[in-house]
Amino acid sequence: MTTKAVSPWRNLWIRFCEDRIALGALIVVAIILVLALFAPLIAPQDPYDLSGLSLRDARRPPGFVGSGAYVHWLGTDAQGRDLWSAILYGLRVSIQIGIFAGAVGLIIGTTVGILAAYHRGIAETVLMRIIDLQLSFPPILLALVLVAVLGQGKAQLIAALVAAQYAYFARTAFGAASAERSKDYIEAAMATPLSNMRIVFRHILPNAMPALIVVATVQVAYAIALESTLSFLGLGLPVTEPSLGMLISNGVKYMMSGRYWISVYPGIALIVLIVAINLVGDHVRDILNPRLNR
Amino acid sequence: MSEAFISINDVYKRFSPRLSMADRIVSKLGARVETRPVRAVDGVTLMVERGQTLGLVGESGCGKSTLGRMIAGILEPTGGQVRIDGKPVMQGGRKADTRIQTIFQDPFASLDPRMRVGDIIAEGPLAHGLADKAGERAYVAAYLERAGLDPSFADRFPHQFSGGQRQRIAIARALAMQPDVLVCDEPVASLDVSIQAQIVNLFLKLRREMSITLIFISHDLSVVRHVSDHVAIMYLGRIVESGPTEKIYTDPKHPYTKGLLESVPKLLVEDDALVHFKPIMGEIPSPLAPPAGCHFNPRCPIAVELCRSEDPRLRLIGPGHCAACHLAE
Repeated sequence: MTTKAVSPWRNLWIRFCEDRIALGALIVVAIILVLALFAPLIAPQDPYDLSGLSLRDARRPPGFVGSGAYVHWLGTDAQGRDLWSAILYGLRVSIQIGIFAGAVGLIIGTTVGILAAYHRGIAETVLMRIIDLQLSFPPILLALVLVAVLGQGKAQLIAALVAAQYAYFARTAFGAASAERSKDYIEAAMATPLSNMRIVFRHILPNAMPALIVVATVQVAYAIALESTLSFLGLGLPVTEPSLGMLISNGVKYMMSGRYWISVYPGIALIVLIVAINLVGDHVRDILNPRLNR
Repeated sequence: MSEAFISINDVYKRFSPRLSMADRIVSKLGARVETRPVRAVDGVTLMVERGQTLGLVGESGCGKSTLGRMIAGILEPTGGQVRIDGKPVMQGGRKADTRIQTIFQDPFASLDPRMRVGDIIAEGPLAHGLADKAGERAYVAAYLERAGLDPSFADRFPHQFSGGQRQRIAIARALAMQPDVLVCDEPVASLDVSIQAQIVNLFLKLRREMSITLIFISHDLSVVRHVSDHVAIMYLGRIVESGPTEKIYTDPKHPYTKGLLESVPKLLVEDDALVHFKPIMGEIPSPLAPPAGCHFNPRCPIAVELCRSEDPRLRLIGPGHCAACHLAE
């Protein structure tokens, strides 16, 4: 027996660091987050400031020195935007929406799932059937319909993503909470007796949390992909605030004429971000899977 | 007769099978779907005096844990009532009394893995005003010591302890609620034999020092004999015999009790039979379809015609000694 008290959370972190790929992915995610957060300081150009753009700089290849007298390392797009700056700002938008949609989905879905698992009976039947119904729709379809109905804009987009995704959180929260609900320590808490609120927040939620973190990371990545898809289709954000999906979409028509950089670089940024988040999530899931425990 | 300290009054528990939506619809339409409830506990009446220990014995599946959970206020009885000092343990589907606490069988499942031992023990007393934030550490330390643990364990997590230590933590948690009654549901069944003795001795010490009333549920006859003042034997949801411990162990009246006592493996120091034990013949019938008459009649060596038709009632056959058998006297 160790004499030092190692909390289960700390234990999780120690085991996470043992895997180099996952740790690398986490570092990549962290770097991208920092880049996105400090985009206005890092980016040489403000891509939202249309007056600062010059059409003379449009569609220039990587390495071109434009009218701003700085090097466009990743080239420029059809409006003369510096792609490096546009990607940084695009990441900012994408991550913002992904995290926001993930967090709101997490809160709503977890509430629904734990409510159903804790009260069982009629609440479980009604809530989980609704969730099942929702899970049978492809999320992209749901999001498309909602965006078409609600219109364009950040809030609308987030609402559509939450509606398309909360069911995944609810399902996971329900599974994890049901498993915890039937364990003796919950029965012990009820036999003390402790209030329902306390049992849910102090016992069930912390024990269901690891599973929810895994889903949350994966769903944030998925929300980012979904948002890019919608923007690529022209249903996402307004043109004045280009996200990664829109940048890719803007460049597609120039792909065949050799101006690959307009689509490819934002695409790479998107792929790196999503893959890194997924690697982190997968590794956390592996750590938490009791069957893979050493 | 004045009411006993703990009175368990004609308590029933029936579990209805959970039907799926489709089953429910077809059964409404008249199709025959199995809807018969399981009679887990079938009309149990018991009295326990303050400071006494009641041993509840039976084979697995006889309903002793279900009865224990109803006494502890975890399950609501389908019928009947459990009262302590005249007050019902459960009111409106919720436990209304903190003076009865529970020790569970598996100490690996009964402690929240994400809480420190100190928080596990202090949670209930803080929520019910038995301790305050300022006195929390001293309060926890006192109960850890009472359960035979080092007060420094309060900062550790349950996964850092062995089964016996975890069971002591669970005992400290129950004691911290300052209970008058402890329901112990197979508290030593999942522990090593050497640890079992320590935990049993701890229970004996607590009963002596804190005058706690114990309800000790176990299938281990020798442990029950060691700790109990009274013993009740359960079979298929009913009490078949109850009485003072020595009386039951030396002069059992019900054939099931006799069978149970004889089925305990014993080492005899005789030349011809080194190991000698007699199992009760047959299997426990399904509680879904208990046999007619006395539930024990298909396995009973002395059953007569009456046993197959008429249900024997629990009747007094000696001072404080009851048995549910037509032939007992």
